[in-house]
Amino acid sequence: MAQDKAQTETNGLMGWVDARLPVTSFVKAHLTEYYAPKNFNFWYFFGSLALLILVLQIVTGIFLTMHYKPDAQQAFASVEYIMRDVFGGNIIRYMHSTGASMFFVVIYLHMFRGIIYGSYRTPRELIWLFGVGIFLVLMGEAFFGYLLPWGQMSYWGAQVIVNLFATIPFIGPDLSEWLRGDYLISDATLNRFFAFHVIALPFVLAGLVAVHLVALHEVGSNNPDGIEIKAKKDKKTGIPLDGIPFHPYYTVKDLVGVVVFLIVFASILFFAPEMGGYFIEANNFIPADPLKTPAHIAPVWYFTPYYSILRAVPPIMNSQFPGVAAMGLSVMVFALLPWLDKSPVKSIRYRGALYKRWLAAFVVSFLILGYLGTVPSNVWGQFGSWLGSADRATVVARFFTAVYFLFFILMPWYTAKDKTKPVPERVVG
Amino acid sequence: MKMSNMNKSNMKKLFTLLAFLPLVALASESEITVKAPIDPTNKESLQRGAHTFINYCLNCHSAKYMRYNRLVDIGFTEKQIKDNLLFAGEKVGDTMQVSIDPVEAKKWFGVTPPDLSVEVRARGADWVYAYMRGFYRDSTTPTGWNNTVYPKVAMPHVLYELQGEQALNHETHQLELVKPGKLTPSEYNTFVADLTNYMAYMAEPGKQSRKHMGWWVLLFLGVLLVLAKKIKAEYWKDIK
Repeated sequence: MAQDKAQTETNGLMGWVDARLPVTSFVKAHLTEYYAPKNFNFWYFFGSLALLILVLQIVTGIFLTMHYKPDAQQAFASVEYIMRDVFGGNIIRYMHSTGASMFFVVIYLHMFRGIIYGSYRTPRELIWLFGVGIFLVLMGEAFFGYLLPWGQMSYWGAQVIVNLFATIPFIGPDLSEWLRGDYLISDATLNRFFAFHVIALPFVLAGLVAVHLVALHEVGSNNPDGIEIKAKKDKKTGIPLDGIPFHPYYTVKDLVGVVVFLIVFASILFFAPEMGGYFIEANNFIPADPLKTPAHIAPVWYFTPYYSILRAVPPIMNSQFPGVAAMGLSVMVFALLPWLDKSPVKSIRYRGALYKRWLAAFVVSFLILGYLGTVPSNVWGQFGSWLGSADRATVVARFFTAVYFLFFILMPWYTAKDKTKPVPERVVG
Repeated sequence: MKMSNMNKSNMKKLFTLLAFLPLVALASESEITVKAPIDPTNKESLQRGAHTFINYCLNCHSAKYMRYNRLVDIGFTEKQIKDNLLFAGEKVGDTMQVSIDPVEAKKWFGVTPPDLSVEVRARGADWVYAYMRGFYRDSTTPTGWNNTVYPKVAMPHVLYELQGEQALNHETHQLELVKPGKLTPSEYNTFVADLTNYMAYMAEPGKQSRKHMGWWVLLFLGVLLVLAKKIKAEYWKDIK
């Protein structure tokens, strides 16, 4: 157990502190004598990178709040003020906007790592559940934050998403009014979204990240082979044979990952902060106008797979609720993975072709749904009258929505039936 | 065994590729086909454009996030700005407010002329370039003008003295110059390109210095990467 009181005998100032606050033993338990598998690969950079972005978002966010005005009359102007008149304001603002999108890039890759190596399996179910919680809060954080620049996309994006809640039977209309604080998106909405964005959700996020890490350090990391390094320990020292101290080995390795990430981050931030309209949308440079609905409202790219699912599900009895429910389910369903996966092995390395095909189908579905969510549903034209003149893109989205859910629904079956390979005793790299 | 290894590495490549696909699949929906011939490093062009903007556009459109003294970015001195670009007793640190009364403007045009500070970021430079060249005579509209880029636009053709008058040929759907203006077509194109260039600058005055800073940041990170890799290799050399 990580909490085993590490041997600490310190003198002088450190001894004085250690007698009052367990600094040395904490550093030992979580860094210098915390043993991580030695075979982490590329996919294992994204956890520490996510933490880095969280800090980056909080720090840049603090500086933005110093100049931003959460007021429908002043919000748009205050963002331009930051961009033009605040010293370094344009860099801070772009760090925050680029950070928002890169947070999702990193989190998606981090989740994908968890999926391919079975990191959600016993004994790491709680780590996974806290992670899903972090993902949900992050989506809320991104949604609330996106209203703040008070451009057309901010306004109408919020309008669309809050209206989704209105489709929930019985409580929907009251719920959406309660969320907005008004009958339409207005100054009242902006104020409460600001409160959620800068105080409420960051606190929840920090708490969830803390328990995510505490749970991780309790059981230790999984690895690309999906085997428990704690099962094979040195008889004398009790140190896992395939484990190495997190510090200095993974601190210096993560440093390389951090610098590579910062190079990508800086390339976007300094040379293409709008990312062709995917990170910052052109329509958001038009101030919010409740009387002018934009021709095409699309959420930011990281929401588009779920938005596609929403649009793909047809209304039932004139209610959009089934689509909304499917969208909610498409996000929540990740939480069930630890119990859906019946494979005797954890890592994709020892799984059979059946699982790999399903996973590939899921990844392809996710990406195609993601793309389709960014474009109008008539983007590929219509089928002929033999198919009811349906939008081609909608039919494609329906197909891949089905694949998306089948990946989860059929998982107990295909993971049990899959021909797995023998798992080695020790990690192989 | 060999086969499955190959499959595995292909699969890995596929996943890595797919993971970054959404970032490269950038689709542009604009119907504007002509690229605005602008150059953000050409200070003479930017200065000509600033003059045009202040003389023509600023009568009806504000640029209320843009400060006059920011124009030192494009090579003006504060004295030049005070002497040549301020007409109505503004201070050099003021933002570009509109001279027209917005209520009156709404009466005359049906809409309040929008603020143009970030117009290029909202619509793109190509759009602005095409729009300013897209006016043609149309007797069916209240102003007598129409626009190929923005049909039934409320704005009349402010630069018609310079461009002359165009008409839309309904067979070819092309614009034809029917009454020449003070400038030749190629001079007018340059005139509008300068204006577009300025408006692109005004939409994000910090853009050039941001890019300039970016190269230094990347250089620093490049050096840091070499050092980080060396220190990592040094620590990891005994891990098998």
